[in-house]
Amino acid sequence: MPSVRKLWAALPITTFVAATVAFTAAATGERWSGAERAMLATLTLSSLPPLAADPSNRWADDSAAASLGRALFFDTRLSANGKVSCGSCHLPDREFQDGVPLASGVGTTSRRTMPVAGTAHGAWFFWDGRSDSQWSQALGPLESPVEHGGDRTQYAHIVAAYYRAPYERVFGALPTLAGLPDRAGPVPDSARRAVWERIPAARQEDISRVYANIGKAIAAFERRVEHAPTRFDLYVAVELASRAHTTESAFTKDEEAGLRLFIGKANCVNCHNGARLTDEHFHNTGVPASTRVAELDSGRSTGVRQAVSGEFNCLSKYSDARPEQCAELQFAVTEGEELVRAYKTPSLRGVADRAPYMHAGQLATLTDVIRHYDQAPAAPAGHSELRRLKLSERERVQIEAFLRTLSASPRVKE
Amino acid sequence: MKRLFLSIAAATALSVTGCMMFMKAPKDLDYSRTRLSSRGVYRGSFEPVGDSIRVGRLHSWRLHLETVDGVPVDTATIVVDGGMPQHGHGLPTKPRVTKQLGNGEHIVDGMKFNMGGWWVVKFRVASALGPDSVTFNLKL
Repeated sequence: MPSVRKLWAALPITTFVAATVAFTAAATGERWSGAERAMLATLTLSSLPPLAADPSNRWADDSAAASLGRALFFDTRLSANGKVSCGSCHLPDREFQDGVPLASGVGTTSRRTMPVAGTAHGAWFFWDGRSDSQWSQALGPLESPVEHGGDRTQYAHIVAAYYRAPYERVFGALPTLAGLPDRAGPVPDSARRAVWERIPAARQEDISRVYANIGKAIAAFERRVEHAPTRFDLYVAVELASRAHTTESAFTKDEEAGLRLFIGKANCVNCHNGARLTDEHFHNTGVPASTRVAELDSGRSTGVRQAVSGEFNCLSKYSDARPEQCAELQFAVTEGEELVRAYKTPSLRGVADRAPYMHAGQLATLTDVIRHYDQAPAAPAGHSELRRLKLSERERVQIEAFLRTLSASPRVKE
Repeated sequence: MKRLFLSIAAATALSVTGCMMFMKAPKDLDYSRTRLSSRGVYRGSFEPVGDSIRVGRLHSWRLHLETVDGVPVDTATIVVDGGMPQHGHGLPTKPRVTKQLGNGEHIVDGMKFNMGGWWVVKFRVASALGPDSVTFNLKL
């Protein structure tokens, strides 16, 4: 017969084992059905497939190009006033965005700055998908009169003056720039455009190729900006492994209920699916027109036309892809009512730290966003895909609690 | 008249307050990969090229078309259409037949489904036998 002392000694161990078993049973105890577990597995960062090659940019995974791209990304000389870089709006310590409704460069844009992490997994860039590659996306703001406000000959001169060696190591010899105007390009500014149009076509193409390569280097850097695992990923990993939760991995009751609504009744997961919590596609969700922007934004209906006719698209002479590698562009839906005011589904990773929301920052808080999806107002143009959800206030709070588990600062792969 | 009123009321209630986003697909859907066309002119069957259909992945289908008597249909104009009936949106891409391999085999490129749920893919076929359409249901 064991002594009392031995019994006392064994008691904490027995209690601990019993508690652990109970906790484990609760953890795995079928908090989630088989179908729900399968769904959760598709949403975790660990299910994100390896980044596919970008055949339109042969330097996309070149580390020297990424290093050059990083320098260019943060260089304010690449602007009309010497004060604006990509990093001015895409702030690394703020998820590569700026936290204001409309981005400001040398002027004010009509759209919200988009985050960068993980975007290389998608086929379309900008809210309206007017670019079909990360490198052609990077070129848009550089020539925009309200963003960087610069032009192609200016940028070619800057590369020649400050980046000749790293550029030539990656892309080969720069063309001669002797006699090239300081400021010229196919930009809205009529004076600089007129100067550009006087440059012989072959020389224009040489300069445009340098310009395209700037975009390809920046894209090589941006491809390395990745999502970091969140508390949600940890929670799902523990659930799927049927392990007991730790304080780090456990969800509160509200967070768990919010996740259940997210994949269930509220069906956010329709569009916010996959490991990035986005279908990388375009939807009209009845987002109100911006009071800060004069003209009504038509979204994807204009964006897709710009992508198809884009000077730097996948089928262009500046692309490194074969035509059959440009399937997204070749099979794009180019017309139809459902493109009107359709915007790209953003990733929800880090969403709680990225107010304000929607393509022009129309909604100030996550609470406003969830209320918008619950109420499903009519679209100012086109047709909203939403239907009223009829959530209770409690349920809206729970969804928000869940969305707050998706925070983690992005990381840059070295 | 009363039935009509009730139907309209029910439809209105559904469209105004129901959440079509999470409606379940009708129970009696036929998900088979071989189906007769709506007027019974053609029999169509499909299989994805490569592995199974994965949400978000651009891929191709191999469509086999034949008459109801089993004669392969090679010369036909085929238009691809589809979408999610409960969500009110079409396919995210505009797929098309890119190769006609003979023996009734047609390669359809540009297929993509960007979310889970009930999808419909319709092939509108026009040949010497006349126009008809073959519709497939998918549960992703």
